[in-house]
Amino acid sequence: MEEVEVNLEEQFEAKVAKDIRIEPKDWMPDAYRKTLIRQISQHAHSEIVGMLPEGNWITRAPSLKRKAILLAKVQDEAGHGLYLYSAAETLGASRDQMIADLHSGKAKYSSIFNYPTLSWADIGAIGWLVDGAAIMNQVPLCRTSYGPYARAMVRVCKEESFHQRQGFEIMMTLCNGAPEQKKMAQEAFNRWWWPTLMMFGPKDEESPNTEQSMRWRIKRFTNDELRQRFVDMMVPQAEFLGLTVPDKDLKWNEAKNGYDYGQIDWDEFWSVVKGNGPCNKQRIQTRVKADQEGAWVREAALAHAEKRAQRERQKAEQAA
Amino acid sequence: MNTKEWPLWEVFIRSKQGLDHKHVGSLHAADAEMAVQNARDVYTRRMEGISIWVVESKHIHASNPDDATAFYEPANDKVYRHPTFYEVPAEIKNM
Repeated sequence: MEEVEVNLEEQFEAKVAKDIRIEPKDWMPDAYRKTLIRQISQHAHSEIVGMLPEGNWITRAPSLKRKAILLAKVQDEAGHGLYLYSAAETLGASRDQMIADLHSGKAKYSSIFNYPTLSWADIGAIGWLVDGAAIMNQVPLCRTSYGPYARAMVRVCKEESFHQRQGFEIMMTLCNGAPEQKKMAQEAFNRWWWPTLMMFGPKDEESPNTEQSMRWRIKRFTNDELRQRFVDMMVPQAEFLGLTVPDKDLKWNEAKNGYDYGQIDWDEFWSVVKGNGPCNKQRIQTRVKADQEGAWVREAALAHAEKRAQRERQKAEQAA
Repeated sequence: MNTKEWPLWEVFIRSKQGLDHKHVGSLHAADAEMAVQNARDVYTRRMEGISIWVVESKHIHASNPDDATAFYEPANDKVYRHPTFYEVPAEIKNM
C-alpha cells in the first residue's frame, strides 16, 4: 500500500518537473491540493473584495465615460472572482464554504483592499499601481502547474491590461491638468505606493510557503523577485507622469541593473493582514450584508426552478 | 447559509460560426436558463462567443486518468494509422 503511494507521489513530481499540467481528476498530494485551495480561494476573495474600494466611486466618477469604464472594470473583477472560485471547486472546495470562510475572517484576501479610496485620483492609482502589481503576480500564474488555475489566469490577464491602462490614463489626465489635479495624483501615489509593494507578500526569508510552492511550480518567482521587477517597471512610468516616488532611499543601482528601494513597513503589513487595516471591518461587513440581503433571491430562484421542473415532469406524465 | 447551493454547470462556447463549442469553465445557477444568462455575463463580456451550451456538471461522465495508459493502449501500437508510416518515392508528387 505504502509503496503505491510513493509511486504516485514520484509520478506527480516527475510530471510537474516536466511542466505537464495537473488536471482535476489526476492524483495529487493532499498538501498540494490544500495549498492550491488556499491560494486560489484567497485570490478569488481578493477579486470580490477588490470591487468595493472602486465601487465606492462609480456614482461619483467625473464623467459618463469614466463611469462606464469603471463599471466595466468592476464587473470584470466580479468575473475574475467567479473564474477563480470555479477553479477552486475543481479541487473539491465548496463555494458556500469558501464564502463562509471569507465572512468569518478565516480566509484572507489581498490586504491592499483594506485601504480607503479618498479621492478620484485613488481610482487612477489603483488601476495603475495595484492592477500593475496584480499583473506582475498573475502573468507567471498563467503557467502554474494546476490546469484550471492556469486557464483562469489566462482569461484574467487578458482582461487585466485594460484595467492598468485606464488607471494610467486617469493619472496622466490629472498630471496634465491643473496644479490641484496634479497634487491629487501625487497624494494618491503617496498613499498607494507602499501598500502596493506589500502586495507581493513578505520578504522571501519570511515567506514559509514559497519554497514548496516553487517546487510544485505553483509559483514561478519569489515575492522579492516580483517586487523588484515591479519597482524597476514603475519608476520610469512615475517619472513620465512627473510624479515623485515617495521613497527617499530609492536610487538606481548600476551593479544589479535595478533600483534599490527603502525599507517596507512590515509592522503595518502584518497589522493589516491580522485585520487591523483602515477598512478591514467595513469590507467584510459590506460582503456579509450583500450576502444576507441577497439570500431571498437565491432561495426564490431555486424554488422557481424546482416548481418549473416539477411542472414539466407532470406534463410529461400526462402525455405518456 | 440557510439555503442549499445552486447546482454547478459546465459552460461551452462557440467563439465563431464554423468552430466547435469549447469548454471554458463552470458556474452556479438555479436552472438552465439562468445558467445561459450567467454564462453570457461571466464568459462573453468581450464578444468571446456567439453560442453557449450549458450542462449540469453532474451529467458529465469522464474517463479515469488512472486508467489512461491501459485505456488508450489500443491506439498506441497502430502506427500504420498515420500517413507517415508509409514510404512514398520522391518522384511521386501530390500524395
